Amino acid sequence: MIPVCPTTALPPGEATRIEADEPIAVFNVDGDFYAIDDTCTHQDASLADGWLDGCAVECPLHASCFDLRTGKVSGPPAKTPVRTHRVLVQDGMVYVLRGHAEDGAA
Amino acid sequence: MSRTVAVVGASLAGLSAARALREQSYDGRIVLIGDEVHPPYDRPPLSKEFLAGSASLDDILLGAPDDADLDLEWRLQTTAIGLDHLSRSVLLADGSEVRADGVVLATGARARLLPGSEGLGGVHVLRCLDDANALRADLATAERLVVIGGGFIGAEVASTARTLGLEVTVVESQPVPLAGPLGAEMGTVCAELHAAHGTRLLTGTGVAGLVGTDRVEAVELTDGTRLPADVVVVGIGAAPNIEWLARSGVALGNGVLTDARGATNIPGVVAVGDCAATWSVAAERHVRIEHWANALEQPATAVATLLGTGAPAPTPVPYFWSDQYGARIQFAGSRRQGDDVRVLEGSCADHSFLVVYERDGQPVAVLAMNQPRLFTRWRRQLRTAVPAGS
Repeated sequence: MIPVCPTTALPPGEATRIEADEPIAVFNVDGDFYAIDDTCTHQDASLADGWLDGCAVECPLHASCFDLRTGKVSGPPAKTPVRTHRVLVQDGMVYVLRGHAEDGAA
Repeated sequence: MSRTVAVVGASLAGLSAARALREQSYDGRIVLIGDEVHPPYDRPPLSKEFLAGSASLDDILLGAPDDADLDLEWRLQTTAIGLDHLSRSVLLADGSEVRADGVVLATGARARLLPGSEGLGGVHVLRCLDDANALRADLATAERLVVIGGGFIGAEVASTARTLGLEVTVVESQPVPLAGPLGAEMGTVCAELHAAHGTRLLTGTGVAGLVGTDRVEAVELTDGTRLPADVVVVGIGAAPNIEWLARSGVALGNGVLTDARGATNIPGVVAVGDCAATWSVAAERHVRIEHWANALEQPATAVATLLGTGAPAPTPVPYFWSDQYGARIQFAGSRRQGDDVRVLEGSCADHSFLVVYERDGQPVAVLAMNQPRLFTRWRRQLRTAVPAGS
């Protein structure tokens, strides 16, 4: 379980990146938290730097869109989905469980 | 509704048009005609990851698993040589023709050649996959590269060649590279990347000619300087592939002339991407945009025009990026000479900044280096700030 930040540090509409060999992006969508692989599957860009539009994030480089709930591509040019990771909120802290896929919508 | 749509050109704009047709519920036949042997692939990596050898053809193919559902009829390795506007038939080099109810022109552009360089070994342009393969093979055994043209392609090739260990010189005829798209002030800032990474940049210098009999040996400049070269890359812009339409009745200028929604003067024929000179409401003239993002986004509007579905024409904010020497440069908007430049974040000296171009106090364009998050916000803001098209 990776501690990310206090919930207050990640307000709605914001994203943060967990630095690692395979970084993870964590998003707050109107109070619901989502985590996906941070690196766009199209070309090297950080999705945490992207634009959040509902439950989709648009890559800052080429505008590929990914569904935060499923990791699926919702807009080209990306072809491959990103992995999703489960998010836990405990005592005002956000945690990510790496490698545990989210079961649909949180 | 149309029964057959022929899409002429099978790169990003053509494939995006085919996808847009299905997204907009067109269920007729789609014939996608392309003159290359390869299925659609992404061109930006050709000067970067693909040229460096870190990306394969497989990595850069544009096709997605879902594309099988598009039910496209592919005519690859097939060159279109004419269009009969009365029957709306696309005439092909093999003597056959594709009769269509709607035609999407997406034949792109080709690299301009340096006059007198034909047939000389070691001289390259970079536009398509075959170009990139040939250049990659040549760079593998070369020591000295001269790049003619300090634009984005030239800068990216120079950057890649430096990572491959070559000695690189860039020759730019203008006093400042990239002054056209970025303005002299910011063009200067971006050009500093060359020196910072060991590339020699010569500006304000024309090329008199290439030296060599079978293979290039040097580049001779107008001031008499000779630059020894094992390989030369010519990056001096692109010309639209429209000659095949010369007798078609389609109105041509610097590209296929269309209105703001992609319609040509011939009913049932639209044009998109690098070959199209589209009417710009903001600029009050036809503008041919060679940016990747335009080839991705523009077809949706043109397809709506073709299908007569009349979706509102969004006014896309021009956007392009360039990756050089590990720096990510992004630009969005429409800059004109005389716009004021204001640094909003970071500093030019640190190669991490965001600057806004302002006209009459209003932001009209934004340029960033290594500031993708902030840039994305500004790009969005420009998108909503610009009034919708006609």
